[in-house]
Amino acid sequence: MRRFFLIAIPYAWLLALFLIPFVIVFKISLSDLALSIPPYAPTMKDGFAQMFADFDLENFVFLTTDDLYWKAYLSSLKIALFSTALALMVGYPMAYGMARAPEEWRPTLMMLVILPFWTSFLIRVYAWVGILSNEGLLNQFLLWTGIIGEPLTILNTTTAVYIGIVYTYLPFMILPIYAALDRLDESLIEAAEDLGCSRSKAFWLVTVPLSRNGIIAGCFLVFIPALGEFVIPSLLGGSGTLMIGKVLFEEFFNNRDWPVASAVAVILLLILIVPIILFQRNQQRQAEAET
Amino acid sequence: MKRTSWFTVTSLTLGFAFLYLPMVLLVIYSFNSSKLVTVWAGFSTKWYGELMQNEEFLDAALVTLKVAVASSTLATLLGTMAAYVLVRGGRFMGRTLFSGMIYAPLVMPEVITGLSLLLLFIGVGLDRGVLTIVLAHTTFSMCYVSVVVSSRLVSFDRSLEEAALDLGCSAFDAFRLVTLPIIAPAVISGWLLAFTLSLDDLVIASFTTGPSATTLPIKIWSAVRLGVSPEINALSTIMIAIVTVGVISASLVSKRSAIKAQQDMQAAERGAT
Repeated sequence: MRRFFLIAIPYAWLLALFLIPFVIVFKISLSDLALSIPPYAPTMKDGFAQMFADFDLENFVFLTTDDLYWKAYLSSLKIALFSTALALMVGYPMAYGMARAPEEWRPTLMMLVILPFWTSFLIRVYAWVGILSNEGLLNQFLLWTGIIGEPLTILNTTTAVYIGIVYTYLPFMILPIYAALDRLDESLIEAAEDLGCSRSKAFWLVTVPLSRNGIIAGCFLVFIPALGEFVIPSLLGGSGTLMIGKVLFEEFFNNRDWPVASAVAVILLLILIVPIILFQRNQQRQAEAET
Repeated sequence: MKRTSWFTVTSLTLGFAFLYLPMVLLVIYSFNSSKLVTVWAGFSTKWYGELMQNEEFLDAALVTLKVAVASSTLATLLGTMAAYVLVRGGRFMGRTLFSGMIYAPLVMPEVITGLSLLLLFIGVGLDRGVLTIVLAHTTFSMCYVSVVVSSRLVSFDRSLEEAALDLGCSAFDAFRLVTLPIIAPAVISGWLLAFTLSLDDLVIASFTTGPSATTLPIKIWSAVRLGVSPEINALSTIMIAIVTVGVISASLVSKRSAIKAQQDMQAAERGAT
């Protein structure tokens, strides 16, 4: 009996507050916009037969006809991919440096990587506004050194969004790669070098392949949240930066078109399913390899 | 002993400069007396004074704390139960769905979680406010708690529980006297994680709140959309200071308890032989 409650309580909670809301999103994405509150025509009360009769793919068709949505999905994918690559380029050397740092430094370095994660996400993104703006600190510094003659426009461009994503998700990239590099057996690299590999060749042929699982995990941990990101493009990006999270938010709050917002959410979810499944597989393989 | 190469030193220096410089600048400029945030005009703490007078921020901070305490406590309870069920529960109907529902919220974009919960609350006619934010935050943070707690449950020796049961403990007593003390560090860090997630959340709170409840992130958001303001810099500095002190002291405590656990273990081994 006790076991029943132990299972039933969290189960029921997640069903009610996680699964059922998705069913509702799905349902609303298939219903018509009505000028009432709530601004969609409810289709559940009229019984199931009527509900299915009322369903139509109008909202999804609308998404394909208005090229704003296509562009937003594509540009979200592009921004997420590109910033994942950038985060890997910044994060890998850091993880590598941490793994090769003296033993007694490592707990401190670990804490330094984790600390930003506990600090408010919003504040960390906001910190860049004062740095990247036209009269911001970066421009002041560059003008002072004489590298540039005129302030660069970085804030409200896609470049600022890249910087923001790499900055906020960098710890997610570093930690799994560091975990993989930390486990790496040093003697394997020595063996490669003894057998005539140069240092860089040993790095590319031994170190990188052996840290593959960490690289994959890190890339997914950056890519997946970056794809649906809302705060970073809204705060750092300009009107030219289209990202689907922002489009969804605006569709919902500014245009109050709930059915279209729901359809946008359903498609975003469909796009995310592939990377999420690949990520889960990678994690499982890694867990199996350890046991 | 590995050689610390120039590469290690440069990549770490540049990397950590990138991670920390923006926050350091934010802290420095919160003490700037000029209203223009990017022009240094001398040291002053006046923005902190103005922040303390600003009742809207204080109210929002209070709401945020209430939500965070309530949701993280609920999430810890539910998340620990869920972890126990997943690791020790054996087979039951719908187990795959259950573990799917535990992991899915971790990778779900916040806009989707927020939208779906809002539509649910409207569908059942629940007034939006503190209660709905608490429900929303509990739902996603219980998943984080359950991941943290279950990794601890997996790693500990099950025979300890079985020994307690053999010695006449009821299942509940075995949990209370054996399992809980062992997983306590994970439960505490799960609570802390849930607490910070709730403090930090903007998107889900924006969807699920009503006019009666404004949380601090929502308040900060509406202020920073208009650009940089010295008051927000001051507020950010206070929040960064709290987190830094919290994380450093937590890591010192856990280091001490790890050393103590090791000593206990050694003492037990000496006793056994």
